[in-house]
Amino acid sequence: MLLIPCPYCGPREETEFSYGGEAHIERPKQPEALGDEAWADYLFMTGNTKGVFLERWVHSHGCRRWFNAARDTLTNEVLAVYEMGGKPPKLEKRSYV
Amino acid sequence: MPQGFRLAEGGLIDRARPLGFRFNGRSYQGYAGDTLASALLANGVHLVARSYKYHRPRGIVSAGPEEPNALVQLGRDPRSDPNTRATQLELVEGLAARSQNCWPGVGFDVGALNGLVSRLLPAGFYYKTFKWPASLWMKYEYVIRHAAGLGRAPGERDPDIYDKTNAHCDVLIVGGGPAGLAAALAAARTGARVVLAEQDCQLGGALLDRPDETIDGKPALDWVAETLIELGRNPEVRILPRTTAFAYYDHNYLALVERVTDHLGEKPETLPRERLWKVRAHQVVLATGAIEQQLVFSDNDRPGIMLAGAGRTYLNRYAVKPGSRAVVFTNNDGAYGAALDLQKAGVSVAAVVDLRTAPEGPLSEQAEAAGLPILAEHAIVATRGAKRVGQVAVAPLGPEGDRITGDGEGVECDLVLCSGGWSPTVHLFSQSGGRLAWDELRGCFLPDTPAQATHVAGACNGAFGLAACLEQGLAAGETAAAAAGFETKGAGKAPPQATDRGFLPARWLRLVPSIEPAGRGGKHFVDQQNDVTVADIQLALREGYRSIEHVKRYTGTGMGTDQGKTGNVNAIGIVARELGRPLPEVGVTTFRPPYTPVTFGVFAGRDVDDLLDPVRKTAIHAWHERAGALFEDVGQWRRPWYYPQGGESMHRAVAREVEACRSSLGILDASTLGKIDIKGQDAAELLNRVYTNAWSKLETGRCRYGLMLGEDGMVMDDGVTARLGEHHYLMTTTTGNAAAVLGHLEEWLQTEWPELQVHLTSVTEQFATVSIAGPNARRLLGELTNDIKLTPKALPHMSFAEGAVAGIPARVFRISFTGECAYEINVPASYGMALWQTLIRAGEKYDITPYGTEAMHVLRAEKGYIIVGQETDGSVTPFDLGMDWIVSKKKDFVGKRSLARSDMAKSDRKQLVGLLTDNPQEVLPEGAQLVEKALDKPPMPMIGHVTSSYMSPNLGRSIALALVKGGRERHGQKVQAPLPGGHTAVCEIAGPVFFDPEGERLRG
Amino acid sequence: MKSRYSIFSLLRNALSYHEGWPEAWRSPEPKPSYDVVIVGGGGHGLATAYYLAKEHGITNVAVIERGWLGGGNTGRNTTIVRSNYLWDESAHLYEHSLKLWEGLTRELNYNVMFSQRGVMNLAHSQHDLRELGRRIAANRLNGVDSEFLTPRQVKQFCPIIDLREGGRYPVLGASLQRRGGTARHDAIAWGYARAADALGVDIIQECPVEGFRIEKGRVRAVETAKGTIEAGKVALAVAGHSSVLAELAGFRLPIVCHPLQALVSEPVKPVIDCVVMSNAVHAYISQSDKGDLVIGAGVDRYIGYSQRGGLPVTEETLAAICELFPLFRRMRMMRCWGGTVDTCPDASPIVSKTPVEGMYINGGWGTGGFKSTPGSGWVYAHTIAHDEPHPLNAAFKLDRFTTGYLIDEHGAAAVAH
Repeated sequence: MLLIPCPYCGPREETEFSYGGEAHIERPKQPEALGDEAWADYLFMTGNTKGVFLERWVHSHGCRRWFNAARDTLTNEVLAVYEMGGKPPKLEKRSYV
Repeated sequence: MPQGFRLAEGGLIDRARPLGFRFNGRSYQGYAGDTLASALLANGVHLVARSYKYHRPRGIVSAGPEEPNALVQLGRDPRSDPNTRATQLELVEGLAARSQNCWPGVGFDVGALNGLVSRLLPAGFYYKTFKWPASLWMKYEYVIRHAAGLGRAPGERDPDIYDKTNAHCDVLIVGGGPAGLAAALAAARTGARVVLAEQDCQLGGALLDRPDETIDGKPALDWVAETLIELGRNPEVRILPRTTAFAYYDHNYLALVERVTDHLGEKPETLPRERLWKVRAHQVVLATGAIEQQLVFSDNDRPGIMLAGAGRTYLNRYAVKPGSRAVVFTNNDGAYGAALDLQKAGVSVAAVVDLRTAPEGPLSEQAEAAGLPILAEHAIVATRGAKRVGQVAVAPLGPEGDRITGDGEGVECDLVLCSGGWSPTVHLFSQSGGRLAWDELRGCFLPDTPAQATHVAGACNGAFGLAACLEQGLAAGETAAAAAGFETKGAGKAPPQATDRGFLPARWLRLVPSIEPAGRGGKHFVDQQNDVTVADIQLALREGYRSIEHVKRYTGTGMGTDQGKTGNVNAIGIVARELGRPLPEVGVTTFRPPYTPVTFGVFAGRDVDDLLDPVRKTAIHAWHERAGALFEDVGQWRRPWYYPQGGESMHRAVAREVEACRSSLGILDASTLGKIDIKGQDAAELLNRVYTNAWSKLETGRCRYGLMLGEDGMVMDDGVTARLGEHHYLMTTTTGNAAAVLGHLEEWLQTEWPELQVHLTSVTEQFATVSIAGPNARRLLGELTNDIKLTPKALPHMSFAEGAVAGIPARVFRISFTGECAYEINVPASYGMALWQTLIRAGEKYDITPYGTEAMHVLRAEKGYIIVGQETDGSVTPFDLGMDWIVSKKKDFVGKRSLARSDMAKSDRKQLVGLLTDNPQEVLPEGAQLVEKALDKPPMPMIGHVTSSYMSPNLGRSIALALVKGGRERHGQKVQAPLPGGHTAVCEIAGPVFFDPEGERLRG
Repeated sequence: MKSRYSIFSLLRNALSYHEGWPEAWRSPEPKPSYDVVIVGGGGHGLATAYYLAKEHGITNVAVIERGWLGGGNTGRNTTIVRSNYLWDESAHLYEHSLKLWEGLTRELNYNVMFSQRGVMNLAHSQHDLRELGRRIAANRLNGVDSEFLTPRQVKQFCPIIDLREGGRYPVLGASLQRRGGTARHDAIAWGYARAADALGVDIIQECPVEGFRIEKGRVRAVETAKGTIEAGKVALAVAGHSSVLAELAGFRLPIVCHPLQALVSEPVKPVIDCVVMSNAVHAYISQSDKGDLVIGAGVDRYIGYSQRGGLPVTEETLAAICELFPLFRRMRMMRCWGGTVDTCPDASPIVSKTPVEGMYINGGWGTGGFKSTPGSGWVYAHTIAHDEPHPLNAAFKLDRFTTGYLIDEHGAAAVAH
């Protein structure tokens, strides 16, 4: 059970949250202008980093607000949380093979 | 003689409270404070079990959670517990246990025949045989399965209850020995909130077994008592005895299990049997101690051969003589303490056999001084005795320690106490992600780098002496409290003083040589529970299974209920020796939770039976129950399915309900539909973006049907949304999707479109929704409202009005899922029952008929209305449903781009159609697959399937909806549905609307 | 020369105290170059190597594994084998796999203990019943054995299941695939390794991949901890690491990794003789030959490589088990572990060519990886050998995510992810 620091409520149990996958995937402004491949990239080709990963959570059983987090997907260490639309903090890259 | 092996005095048992118990059908007596194991030993019972594979006689090896052999079947149904460790089982009056995995009994066991053919049963023998003939494998397997397994699963429903609780603390201390208690003292003195968990029923750890230890010049147990008094007075300290911390998860989250009632003779019914503690700790101190390791020598498994530390526990804590004439076999100094204790208790010590070249260390010196017969650089090379050890052969070791010289000399004995050194209990540390490091001197893995806020103290940290334990405990407690933000004022008091008497020095011979090499003469057990021998490990290595994980999996070593607590380091050592690699390179197998096995029931807690998942009921539920409705589960909701009357069949009841709606008046509890209140100046824009159709022009007071897609273009939900005001909408969703749709909208709003000014509120449970449908709906509603005009002109199909219905403030939506003129009346949930009852009473003259979900399905299917999740399955687009009319070409919406992908335009996509069976009385099974023409046998290429299928009372025939490849172009063509049993139904593809295609009834 | 395993060889070796058994496979140093380098020494990679050699005569093959054979999901799953998938493409692939399972012990001369004790999927609501009906009908017409059981038949087939009226989610029926069952998970890796080795395949353990040499869009070599290995073709079979290796090769995958937990009880005498699965109550269970109850738990919803899961999943799973089998409440969990599953958006695998010429990907099996092992290796070997997919895996290509031809098996996966 992770302890996730909601930027609005403070640290709360993982079961209060829902997961939103990779962060900073912007919806194309003009989907119609994209080719099938570019659209598939947006839809399905998601980051799946082993290491520090920028991802989204929503405090669904709390304030219901979405936010971004930087988490190490190997150790589950949550390194930072920041608001939607915010810039990711500068973090040391960790890579595991 | 009752308790013939009980010492006349001493021990921590309560001799004033004798307890009767039964083992294998015989009656015995023990005392309060005994475990089943100590009470059995007090009665001279050593043979308690048969081994897993060879059915060798086995006795009690340990005095704690590491026990590999003494597993018993406890109690009887419905409270029957297999594989219960006798060494941790507190004795209660009337306890009844029996040996497992033996027939007819533990004394004479037919399974022991396996021992005779053990040469044919090396590690992994089953991979190499039972292959021929293939048809017999299931028969072979039947025999294997029945030979395997230890105890018997309970045969009845468990009547006990289990509980869960959450706890938060600054410092969680695991282990209530000297290090843990010292840590608790230090942390508590800073004001930190402390939880201390101890698996034993008593605190003190190893001090309970060592009456000779002193702290501050007094018996160590006095210090324990004083410490408990101080801790007990501190309101911020919670001490949990009988509580095992069994798992260490991420973010300093630990799971503990407390055994609440098993040790009570009378069990209060109100108490749970066990309680799961879920602890989020700021800091954790692991003071989990160490576990003595076995020595691996020839036939080291006979009853009467036990760990030296366990021998001391039985002598000192339980006042039990585990034998009359003992041999102590050791590779270290610590076990001499056991020899001295034996001597003190009047057990004759025939020999102390020491693998080391010279006895060295404080205890060895004491033993020498006490005149104990010591055989240095000797080994036990064989043991004898059918059901109890009767003799051991002792021989001098060669200079390298890899062989013996001479044939060995027999020494009579009925007890062998062994010590292969101690291995720190690093299970939780390792589970937490912490790295271990091999310590050559101590011959064990020690905690190295912690991965979380973890501190380690005492024997768990390689500190095997009392003084070091106390010192490390105090330091860890202080450091942990400081890290949790508490000010440490120095320990405040003078640190307790004690002496260090560890087990070192030691000589590490992981395999004790014997007369014949391992595998040829006796059996050198590495894992007694799984009957794994050194020869098995050698075989695995020989065959190429060289990774320690391969060895473990191929031989099963360390995979029993004890998870190899007394043997894993030996296994690793033997692998290293055989491969000629340094031990740390071989590595350690992963420690996995739980530390000791944990009852399923305690994980479930109270979430069983009806509480497994919440049951959601509408405000009108009680009425449905009184009316005799049968219910169906829809998500968590329980909805009326149909209302049989006077023993009606389902078919009759549904037909009656459907006909009532078409001919007069039906009433449905639609409260479970999801309702989302949408407010804000950009509400219409939000709807534009999430629905396939356009919303900007919807007028206040009007409703519109919407189809919602995922970004992948597949239909996700549908429902009617009403515009209640300038910037105010009410969206309805399907029952099952209410939460998902709200989540979907919130996600888009917050993550992609933060510029939209919209607020969403779920109001599903704030409103009760009653739908009345049928030719008399308007008439009935008109009788109950004055301020809502109901004429088709004032309130046409797909419109909305607010007013009072039966005096209750209501929102009335003229929308229909039945094809009839229908009104959905929303009132505050607390008025739901009143509204329903009023409608029922007032509707009597129209023969108002409550209908359930089944009739609703039939009514909507007659109209060709889809149900999301029935006509759709996550792979269906609006075009597949023939709903092109609702897909805007002008604006963008979620999922639109996906509809333009190449595969979406293919003409052979499955499309929604109606199906009419050639035999009008035949109702196709839902899910039936369709083919062009049935073949004699499969495989048959399928072209679609039936999504909905009913007998339509209004049409007097069966109807079905189906998804069929290219179906829209195929109206009038025949397809076939091959059904189980060989019958093939022939049907004709039709349009999906069977009833009132013009919608006259709807609009009238 | 390998000795064949049989009761006779066992007897013969018993006479010499089992000291004469040969290695099951060699442990060679890598050669400078191979026709095919398979990355990943789990069941899928080893099966692929075996079928490359056996079916396609390509024996200059190396399987390189960063740890030990079968150490990933092959050794961490709940060993269920079945083929009752909904969509034609999946059913054909898994059925092909099941047929290979049925002859595997003899084919490999290694007892993989495939035990066709029947797999039952329970229905707890009208919706479940409808879905089950659809699946059974589709299975039957695809030639996959599948039958419907009434609650009474469910009770007959698995007497200890709880069918009391009024349970939170009463059992309303079930589908049964009698040919489904369980197998010994480690044996599949070891059996394929031994058989592939006998055909000349080099199996190289403790050899992590550090990169790929790609020239003009074509893969030329694999950089490993044991040096550079030139390769005509490179085939990835690294469930739980697919994205990491794809990134090294410069392409992205529609795969995310989740921790998936499983657990076993203490061993007891036989008490449940079939596999029972429930989507709605979210649990699956069988009993191993050793006597442990083997229980599959859910996934943690976040991306994770930790190979262990959280407590909430264990709690939910065991609550579900206690609901279906109240008499197991006093049983004890002995060991709980996690694996890392690759999941695709449509819960179906990818067995495909990649944007890099000469490089192939096999992944995204979700919870279906173990049961598919023989079939997956078989079609993957074909794909590698011919540089184009076999009809059985043609639909499982990477570009289905572009065209939209998804094979949505969420309903058929044991646990919806």
